[in-house]
Parts: sequence; C-alpha cells; structure tokens
Amino acid sequence: MTKLTIRTYSYLFLVPAFLIYFVFYLLPTALSLFFSMTRWTLTDWDYIGFDNYVTFFSETALSIGFRNTLIYAVVTCGLKVILGLLLGAFLTSTALFKNYLRSVIFFPTLLSTIAVGIAFSIMMHPSSGLINTSLAALGINGPDWLGNTKIALLSVALVDVWKGVGVATVIYIAGISGIPAEYYEALKIDGGSSMNAFRYITVPLSRPAMNSVIILAFIGGLRSFDLIWAMTKGGPGFTTDLIASIIYKQYQAGFYGLATAGNVILFVGVSLLAFPLYKYLTKSEVYL
Amino acid sequence: MSRDISRMLVERVDRSRSENMGISKQARRVIVAVIALVLSTVIFWIPFYFVIINSFKNQAESALMNMSWPKSFHILENYKAVLTASDHMLVRAFYNSMLLTVLSIGVLIIVSAMAGFVLQRRDGGRFSSVFNFLVLAGLMIPPAIVPTIWVLDSINLFKTLSGITFVEVALHFPFAAILYKAFVATLPREIDESALIDGAGGGRLFFNILFPLLKPVTSTIIVLESINVFNDFVNPLYFFPGSNNATVQLTLYNFMSRFTTSWNLLFADIVLISIPMLILFIFFNKQIVAGMTAGAVKG
Repeated sequence: MTKLTIRTYSYLFLVPAFLIYFVFYLLPTALSLFFSMTRWTLTDWDYIGFDNYVTFFSETALSIGFRNTLIYAVVTCGLKVILGLLLGAFLTSTALFKNYLRSVIFFPTLLSTIAVGIAFSIMMHPSSGLINTSLAALGINGPDWLGNTKIALLSVALVDVWKGVGVATVIYIAGISGIPAEYYEALKIDGGSSMNAFRYITVPLSRPAMNSVIILAFIGGLRSFDLIWAMTKGGPGFTTDLIASIIYKQYQAGFYGLATAGNVILFVGVSLLAFPLYKYLTKSEVYL
Repeated sequence: MSRDISRMLVERVDRSRSENMGISKQARRVIVAVIALVLSTVIFWIPFYFVIINSFKNQAESALMNMSWPKSFHILENYKAVLTASDHMLVRAFYNSMLLTVLSIGVLIIVSAMAGFVLQRRDGGRFSSVFNFLVLAGLMIPPAIVPTIWVLDSINLFKTLSGITFVEVALHFPFAAILYKAFVATLPREIDESALIDGAGGGRLFFNILFPLLKPVTSTIIVLESINVFNDFVNPLYFFPGSNNATVQLTLYNFMSRFTTSWNLLFADIVLISIPMLILFIFFNKQIVAGMTAGAVKG
C-alpha cells in the first residue's frame, strides 16, 4: 500500500497551495522577525536590535494599544458569548417568529464593516445623531459616544457586538440543537422548570459551541482594525488605538520597521493568549 | 419501550399543565414574541431604515440626520451621482471587487481542495503534523503587513490584481483546507480503491471522481469566502492601493472624507455596496450558516 499511497496521494497535490501559502503568508511572517529589528525603507535597512520594541513599549501613544486591544477583545468576546448563548437558547425554544428573528440577527454579519462603522458613527453624533435625539425624547441626556475618551472604545465594541453576535448565535444554535431531546424530557418528568433546563442542560452541554465562540470572538477582537478605523481612527487623540490601527499609522508614516515590530507583538500576543486558552477550553469540555 | 413510556408521561404532564394554565402560557408566548419583535425592530431595522431613507433625501435634508419621511425624493439623482463620482470610481470598484472575488475564490477552491484531499488521506503520515500545524497557525496568527508588501514588491506583484489575489488565497487557505480535509474524511477509501483498480491515477481519482463529490462543501466555501473577500477592507488597503485599483470597500472609505457633508450620497454608496450581500443572503442563507458553524464546531 505504501507505494500506492505515494503515487496516488502524491505530495504534488500540496504544491500549489503551499507554494502560495509559503510565499504570501509564511515567508512574510518569518521575515517580520528580522525586519522588526531594523530601520527599514523597503529598499534599504539598518539593523538596530530591539530598538523598535523598546519604542513600542515606552511610548504611551503606542503602548496604549495593548491595553485597548485587550479591553476591546474581552468586552466584545464576553458580550458575544453571553448574548449569543441567550439568543441561541431563545431561538431553539418554542418561540414564535424564530426563523425571522434568526435572519434579522444574522444579516449584519454579511454587511461590510466599514459601512456599518460609518452608519453608526453618524447615528452616534453627540447632538444631532439618531441615538441621542431619541434618548433626548425620552428625557435622557445621551453621552458623546465617540468623543468621550472614557466610553469611545466601548461604543465601538458595542457596534462590533451588534454586527457580530449573529455568528455567535448560529454557532450556539447548532450546538444546542445537537443536545438530545431525551435530556430535556427527563428533566421535565422530574419536574424541572425551563430555567433548570437552561442552567443544567443547555449551558453545560453547549460548551463545545461556547468554546468555539470564545476562541473565534477573542482572536477576532485582538486582530480587529476595520471598525475602529471607520469609526474613530484611534481618536480622540490616540485613546482608542488598537495594535492593528497603530501598525497602520506607523506604516502610513513610513516607519516600516516599527510597524513590523507591532505586527510581531500582535502575533506573539495572539499566540500567547489564544493557544493556552484553546488548550484550557478543550480540556474542560463535556462530551456527550 | 421505556422511551415511549417517558414520552407518554411527558405528554400527560404537558397536557395537565396546559389545562391548568393554557391561556397564561399562550399569553406569555405572545408577550415574549411581541417584545422580541419590538427589540429586533429597534436594534436592527431602525439602522437599516435610517441608512436607506436618508439615501433618498437631498443633501440639506440628510444633513439633519433624522429618520423622517423625505419631503422630496431624490433616488435616481443620488444614486447616479454616487455611481458617476470621481470619474465612475464606484463602477470601476465594482468591477475590481467582482474580478478579485471570482479570481481568488476560483484559485482558492482548486488549491485547497487538492491540499485537503492529500492532507486527509495521508493524515498520520510523516509530515502530516508539520502541515497541520502550519495550517492551524494560519487560522490564528495575523499576517505580517509590511514584509508581505516587500515580498510582493520584490516579485513585481505589489499594487497588481494578481498580487492581491494571491494574498487573499494565502490568507483564506487554512480555513478552506480544514473544511475540505474534514469533508474528504467522510468519503470512504473504497471509492479510491475501486478507482485505482479501474486504472485511474491520483489525478484522475481526485479531479474526476472525488472533487465532484465535494460539491456541498465547495458551495459552502464559495459563498462564505465570496462574502469575506468582497467585504475585505484591510488587504486592499495595504496591498492594492491607488485610485484606479479601488475596491468597493475603499470607495466607501474615500467617499467618507469626500462627502463629509453629503450623507445622502454616502448612504447611497452603503446601500449599493450591501445589495450583492443581500442577494447572496436570500439565496444561500443555508450555506452561509453551514459554513460558519462547520468551521467553528470542527476547529
């Protein structure tokens, strides 16, 4: 069989894919380790050791990106995990109009992030935006959603959740629909309420789905760029800058070595957080 | 047998409950549904309506940023203005985006299906753990931007359609390969064996026999990745700059600074750009959801 395997399942099949993957992804990733230690003009470079990393960690305008990125990832991921679970449980129950509701919640995930960001930044205008004029009609004085440095990052995170909760919801729906109906029947016979069913069956047995949502949303949050760029461009000042938007700013300014150092920090950060999280989550999974 | 008994018991419990509180339970269901409908309208429909209705207004009226009914409709005028602005930039952008989407999905499907086939059939072999690790890493680790530009530039592909196409293929390859690998695992090896006995080689086996059987996962990947590539903003921003090269997402970004006072035109652009996705959503809802959940639950 081995000879047959070599001929039939030839590694030649991998060549086109891995050639493209190598040249346009793996090679640049490997090169970034070197170029992050240079002062770089694309045509010429000087080796400067860890200077770029030192700059990144010492300048507030750059290091604020770590804190913001972590906050953004945790907030968006947390809200998607919780809201997705509640929506998923609701939309697998006997609720009326659930197909319609599922479509409405899901549709924003297909929209362009830039379009969503522009529309919401107009609606979040402090004085004449739709959100604050509506709140004013109810007698509430709405905040300056994107201009107040304390809440601007959270406002963008909320829009991110608005757009992305649909994916979390459909993943939960797939997970919850896979729970055998007998468990719910058994609980019913024992006189459990629907709250009990949610607490003792749905939540623990949708753990695989929850883990997927956590991983996807967390990595997505750490990497996100489009929405913050469309809504605040990192402002006011640089209070809402994420690592990805700092990379873009340094790139635009022509600091290619510094931008690449940002890239390396981002991917080291993602691997250091995401791989252990993934390991931890899959270890504590409950199997049916 | 015991299952039947438990079903009967449940039904009896159900019936006795609904006899006791049939009306209140029904009423609760209706109340919950009404609340859900109101919330979904406020949270999701109002933003859609706001964008659409403002794209019908004239500039002065859209500057008020409210959702009142337009005093006068300027539908054709606005949409024509957006399409012809900057020497028909949006039309060119639609052409570029469509071409980029078709090319990258075409290449992606062929190379990932081939790779997924061999990766699955030789799973557990000598190099499989290396390949699997490389593919998984691509799912998590964000691409290095400037070195990619440097690589593109050194092979004269920077700012070219082929360059950005290869980048899109490389970045979406891990997801597609994992889906294909998982699906190939469901095709029994007996198919391979009988094809080989009939004298087919590896190439014939894959292209004539297995690839057609992969159609369900192929259609899922086509739909899902078309959305991702069409909506991609970051990669064209970095790797495909220049006003001649604009993709639809970049026109939106350019118009944002250009039309700072003409919300009506900006909104018309948003509506035009969202229409292809709406059409995909209506026709391929199932594949989209299947793709998103399959990728997640497998990974």
